[in-house]
Amino acid sequence: MDIRNLTALELGKKIKTGEIGVVEATKAALEQIQAVDETVNAFVTVDEAGALRRAEEVQKQIDEGSLTGALAGVPAAIKDNLCTKDLLTTCSSKILYNFKPTYTAEAVRNLERAGAVLLGKTNMDEFAMGSTTETSAFGVTRNPWNTAHVPGGSSGGSCAAVAANECFYALGSDTGGSIRQPSSFCGVTGIKPTYGTVSRYGLIAYGSSLDQIGPVAKDVSDCAAVLEAISSYDRKDSTSLKREDCDFTSALVDDVQGMRIGIPRDYLGEGLDEEVKAAVLAAAKALAAKGAVVEEFDLSLVEYAIPAYYVIAAAEASSNLARFDGVKYGYRTEEYEGLHNMYKKSRSEGFGEEVKRRIMLGSFVLSSGYYDAYYLKALRTKALIKQAFDEAFEKYDVILGPAAPTTAPKLGESLSDPLKMYLGDIYTISVNLAGLPGMTVPCGKDSKGLPIGLQMIGDCFQEKKMIRAGYSFECTRKYEAPELAERRGK
Amino acid sequence: MANVISDETIEYVGILAKLELSGEEREQAKKDMGRMLDYIDKLNELDTTGVEPMSHVFPVNNVFREDVVENGDDRENMLKNAPEQKDGTYVVPITVE
Repeated sequence: MDIRNLTALELGKKIKTGEIGVVEATKAALEQIQAVDETVNAFVTVDEAGALRRAEEVQKQIDEGSLTGALAGVPAAIKDNLCTKDLLTTCSSKILYNFKPTYTAEAVRNLERAGAVLLGKTNMDEFAMGSTTETSAFGVTRNPWNTAHVPGGSSGGSCAAVAANECFYALGSDTGGSIRQPSSFCGVTGIKPTYGTVSRYGLIAYGSSLDQIGPVAKDVSDCAAVLEAISSYDRKDSTSLKREDCDFTSALVDDVQGMRIGIPRDYLGEGLDEEVKAAVLAAAKALAAKGAVVEEFDLSLVEYAIPAYYVIAAAEASSNLARFDGVKYGYRTEEYEGLHNMYKKSRSEGFGEEVKRRIMLGSFVLSSGYYDAYYLKALRTKALIKQAFDEAFEKYDVILGPAAPTTAPKLGESLSDPLKMYLGDIYTISVNLAGLPGMTVPCGKDSKGLPIGLQMIGDCFQEKKMIRAGYSFECTRKYEAPELAERRGK
Repeated sequence: MANVISDETIEYVGILAKLELSGEEREQAKKDMGRMLDYIDKLNELDTTGVEPMSHVFPVNNVFREDVVENGDDRENMLKNAPEQKDGTYVVPITVE
């Protein structure tokens, strides 16, 4: 048995019985990082000393019987936009190149309470703005399935790290698809929960009304367990919801008999790669064979989600990123004349191109004279999109479709045309606008050997239906890791 | 391109966004923003008369708590992140002449 191939829950079980030690598991993950991360670059920061120290501490607590959870002792990786006390948190941006938070994000604290060992912080698109993890100030992350391709984004580091066996699970964040799309590209499972389920306290904000934190792992069971651990009502997040139904692992049932599953015809049209389409429809067939009632329907408004999203997300970003001014933390320009010049130069030198593009757009759509025409129009469109989903969920338990129109593009192909890159988010973005839970489960590979992801969307608060459908589908196929994950030592 | 962004507009947005663009960046930004706005104009195809703008999906409003300090004094640690600090304060360039 190779520790690295275990799922998080499998490892947790073996730690519990004493078959594997926490330090041993942590060393296995750190060795894997050493063996492959020079190639993959999934991590911005690896906290080897901290992880080993923490592993000993957790082992002690397990031995004493004070830590008994299913994830106790399991090493994890955290996206670098989640604050971790005294550990570098950069958002993959030059402007936060030296930032060490004085507190830890609530979701990460919840994981620590569950006995997680943090290995380090994962690479991402700068401030989570991008779909390829190429806008990181600390180099691109490579797709473990084919290192000439991107891992997707913005949680590309988290997804690549899981696929490459560098950690047993990871946290990502999803504003427009940033967990689901890279999960699809890397052949792993990822969940974006209902808005408000996981506290955003300590998540460096991009689009606050859309951002949610969620798990990335090798399978649905792991994701359900991690989501269960990180979900909590938090007074420190004014959008946090009081939910009493966060026992997500209770939905790990291989049964879709009578479940109503709808496939939006709008998700199968122009722009969708034929191989992706075939894999998604084959997955639908597999669920139908298990007794689900699967049919196609018209969701409508799909083409308006991307423009509405970019107005709202850019507007919120322009406001959220105003705090980076070279005064309290992060980068400050070397030469300046006066305060405003210092602000301007620090920000212009500290932010990358894509971040500046979105801040500019956001400032514009919020400016006097354009606010109604752009910002309010987008918020009205959002209301209509939510309504379209409400109607769909009167008929269906789960909506099924692709997570992305294609498999992972090659490195360097996407950034030259931002608009085209934005269009790649077409199947994931409306889920954030409507606050819904969404999940990606691997469902096949294309002829180039790149993974294809199946997206499942649930109604608000209906993660369990989505998890049950995902788990049932997963039971029909075996998890496959890329060859690179099998690479050992140097 | 239906939306042509003028020099004045990009200058104004630069002030709002507190960003200083070089000549080349400026031209690119004008082009990018025009192109994005052309695309966003697609929303005008939708009739949204009478539709209330939805800023949040769930009706969670006015989350209040008592105005009591709950976190401890972490000044020293927070100042460690500052590019420049002095006597327990952040140092900034002169703001008033």
